[in-house]
Amino acid sequence: MHVSQAEFLEGISGFLGSYYLALGAMNAIAALYVWSSLKKNGLALCWLILALLFVIISPLAYSGRPELIQFISMPESIRNFVDQYMATAFVYSTVTLLSLVVLYQFREFFVKPVVAWLMLNAALLVMGLSMADSDFAAIVTKPDNVPIVAMVFLLGYFTWLATYKAVQNDQRMAQGLEPLEALDQEKVLVWPDLVYIEMICMVVLTAVLILWAIGLKAPLEEAASGVKTPNPSKAPWYFLGLQEMLVYFDPWMAGVVLPSLVVFGLMAIPYLDFNKAGNGYYTINQRKFAYSIFQIGFLEMWVTLIILGTFLRGPNWNFFGPYEFWDAHKVEALNNVNLSEYFWVRGIGTALPKAPEGAGAGTTLLYIVWRELPGILLVFGYLAVMPPLMAMTVFRKFFVRMGFIRFMVMSNLLLMMGLLPLKMVLRWTINLKYIINIPEYFLNL
Amino acid sequence: MPPIGEIIRNSQIWKSVFRHPMPVDRRNRIVVMLTNFFLHLHPVSIQKQGIALSYTWCMGGVTFFLFLVETVTGVLLMFYYRPTLEWAFHDILSLRDDTSLGILREIHRWGAHAMVITVWLHMYRVFLTGSYKPPREFNWVVGVILLLLTLLLSFTGYLLPWDQLAIWAITVGSNMARATPFLGHEGPGAQLLQLDGVKMITDGSDARFGLLGARFVGEETLNRFYVLHCVAIPLAVSLLLAIHFWRVRKDGGISGPM
Ligand code: HEM
Repeated sequence: MHVSQAEFLEGISGFLGSYYLALGAMNAIAALYVWSSLKKNGLALCWLILALLFVIISPLAYSGRPELIQFISMPESIRNFVDQYMATAFVYSTVTLLSLVVLYQFREFFVKPVVAWLMLNAALLVMGLSMADSDFAAIVTKPDNVPIVAMVFLLGYFTWLATYKAVQNDQRMAQGLEPLEALDQEKVLVWPDLVYIEMICMVVLTAVLILWAIGLKAPLEEAASGVKTPNPSKAPWYFLGLQEMLVYFDPWMAGVVLPSLVVFGLMAIPYLDFNKAGNGYYTINQRKFAYSIFQIGFLEMWVTLIILGTFLRGPNWNFFGPYEFWDAHKVEALNNVNLSEYFWVRGIGTALPKAPEGAGAGTTLLYIVWRELPGILLVFGYLAVMPPLMAMTVFRKFFVRMGFIRFMVMSNLLLMMGLLPLKMVLRWTINLKYIINIPEYFLNL
Repeated sequence: MPPIGEIIRNSQIWKSVFRHPMPVDRRNRIVVMLTNFFLHLHPVSIQKQGIALSYTWCMGGVTFFLFLVETVTGVLLMFYYRPTLEWAFHDILSLRDDTSLGILREIHRWGAHAMVITVWLHMYRVFLTGSYKPPREFNWVVGVILLLLTLLLSFTGYLLPWDQLAIWAITVGSNMARATPFLGHEGPGAQLLQLDGVKMITDGSDARFGLLGARFVGEETLNRFYVLHCVAIPLAVSLLLAIHFWRVRKDGGISGPM
C-alpha cells in the first residue's frame, strides 16, 4: 500500500490543482457579488487578490513535482509538532471544546461575513496544504470518509448561518424590535413560490448526486471472511462516536445504555424545555441554557467524537495524529487503575477484599460489594444526591417551574450526559479505569 | 391549427387527469394545490418566512427527496442482488464490472450517507429555531424516531455488499448488543435470569442473537438485514413520514414567531 512520495504527489496533483482553481473561482464569485450587489469596492478587491493567489498556486500543484509542491504543503515542522504534541484524545477534546467556547463567546465577531469568509478560506487552505501529506490524504480520501469531510463543512456553514441570524435577532430584540422572521409574515401562494423552489432543489440535488457518483466509486473490499479481522475494525461512520466511548466505558454503557439515553433524551427535550421564548425564530440569548446543552451534546460529544473516531483512530484504536502513518505496531502503554485498587491497595495499603475460599454465593457477593463500596457510594452519591443538590442551588428556579418529576428526569439526563466528560477527565488525569469494577457480573462502570 | 401544447391540454385524457387549466392565474394556482394528490401535502398559501431557504434550509425536504432517491435506486439494485452467501458479493462485483449505467450503487450509497447528514442538519435547524416547542412537541418525537430509523436503514444496508468492510462494521456494531443489561449474555444482570439454575440468557438466546439470527454475522444475518433494509424499515419510515408531514400541517404549518 505504501507508495513513494513522488508517485503519491503525481497522483494527487490533478486533484490539488483543480482544488485551488475552485478556491480561486469561489473567491472571484465572492468578489463579484461584493462589488456588484454590496458596492464595497475595497472588499471586492481583497477577495479578488485572494482569488488570484489561489489561481497562481494551482499550477504548482498541477505540476506534480515534489520541489514545487513543497511550497504548498503543510511545513514539516508543523506536521511533526501536531503529531507529537497534539495527538492525544486529551488535547483534541480540550482544543475543540475551547474553540467552541471561544466561537460562542465572541459570536458577534465571528459571524461577521468578512470574518466567516476568511475562516472558511483558512480552513480550506489548511485542508489543501494537508492534502499534500500522503498519510493525511490516505484517510481523508477514503471513499466512505469523503461524506464526513463534506459534513464538517456543511455543519460549519449552517452553524454560521443560524448564529448569524440569531445574533441579528438578538440585537434587534434588545432594542425592542421583532425578530427578522416576523417581518415576512405576508402570505404567498405555494404554487409557484414553494413548488418551484422544491423543483429547483430536486434538479440541483440530482445533479450533485450523479456527479458525486461518477467521480467517486463506492468502496468494495475483498469478499467477507470471518477469520481475517481488519485492524482497525470500525463501525459505520455515524456510530463512531459510540465506538469512541468504548475507550472509556464497557459496551453495556457505550453501546446500549448511553445511546438509548441519547434517543430518550432527544425525545424528552420538548417536554423538559419550559422556556416559551424562542419558538419559530433564531435566537441564542433567549434560550442560552437549552442552546448550550444541545450544542455540547451535538457538536462536542457527537460530531467531534465521530471526527475523532474516523480520522484519528487507527489500528488497535490507538490515537494517530492527522499526518501520522497508521502503524499497526504502535504500542500505547495502558496502565489504567480501578478505583477499588486506588482505595484499598494504594490508599489503605491492604489487598483487595476477597471472599475466603469456598464461601457461598451470598458471602462472595457481600465481599464484592465491600470491595467496590467506594465506587458504589460515589455513583450513588452522583445520581441520588446531586439532583436534590442541584434543585436547591443553581437550578432552584428550574425546579420550581418544572415540578418534581420533570426536574428529576432532566437532572438525571444531564448527569448521565456528564458521565462521559467526567470519565474522560479521570482517565486523562489519574488513569482511572473503572469506578465500579465487578467483572463477576459484567458490571463495570 | 392551434399549438400542440394546447391540443394536449384540451384533450379528454389531459383533462381527466388534471381537471383544471394550467396554474397561471390565481384561481388555478389554488385549484392545483387542492386537487393534485401530491401537492395536497402542502397548504394553498404559506407565510413567506416559512419558505425562506435561510430559515428551513429545506433540509426536511432534502431528506425526503433523498429517501425517494434511495427507494428508486434501491428497487433497481434489488433486480441485481441476491442476499445469499453464494451470490451477494458476486452480484455486487458484477454490478460494478458488467452492468451498464454502473453508478447505481454509487448513487444509492452516497445518497444514504447524504441522508444521514441531512437528517442531522434538519434536526439541528428544528432545534435552533425552537420549532419543537408547543404545539410541535409530538412531531419532534416522531422526528427522533425517524432519525433512529434512518440510521438503522443505513446500518442494515451496510452489510449487504458482503465484503470485509461490511461484515466487520456490522460485527463491531452489533457486538455491543451482547452487553445489553439483562438481555445480553455478557450484560450486567443477565446471570440473574435463571430458571432452576439454567441460564436463560446465553449467546444463543440473547439480544445479539435476535439481531443477527446467529452467534456471529452469517447467512441468517444477511437475510435478516436484507428484509429489514428492503421491506420492514422502509415501510415504517413511510408510515412515520406520512404522520410527520400531516402533523406539520396540523400543528399550524412551518413554525414562525407568534
Ligand atoms: C427521515 C427523516 C425526516 C424527514 C424526511 C423530515 C421531513 C420534514 C419536512 C419536509 C418538514 C417541513 C419543514 C422542513 O423542511 O424543515 C419537517 C418539519 C419538521 N420536522 Fe422533520 N423530517 C425528518 C426527521 C426529523 C427529525 C429527526 C426531527 C427532530 C428530531 C424532525 C422534526 C421536525 C419538526 C419538529 C418539524 C416542524 C418544523 C417547523 O414547523 O418548523 N424531523 N420534517
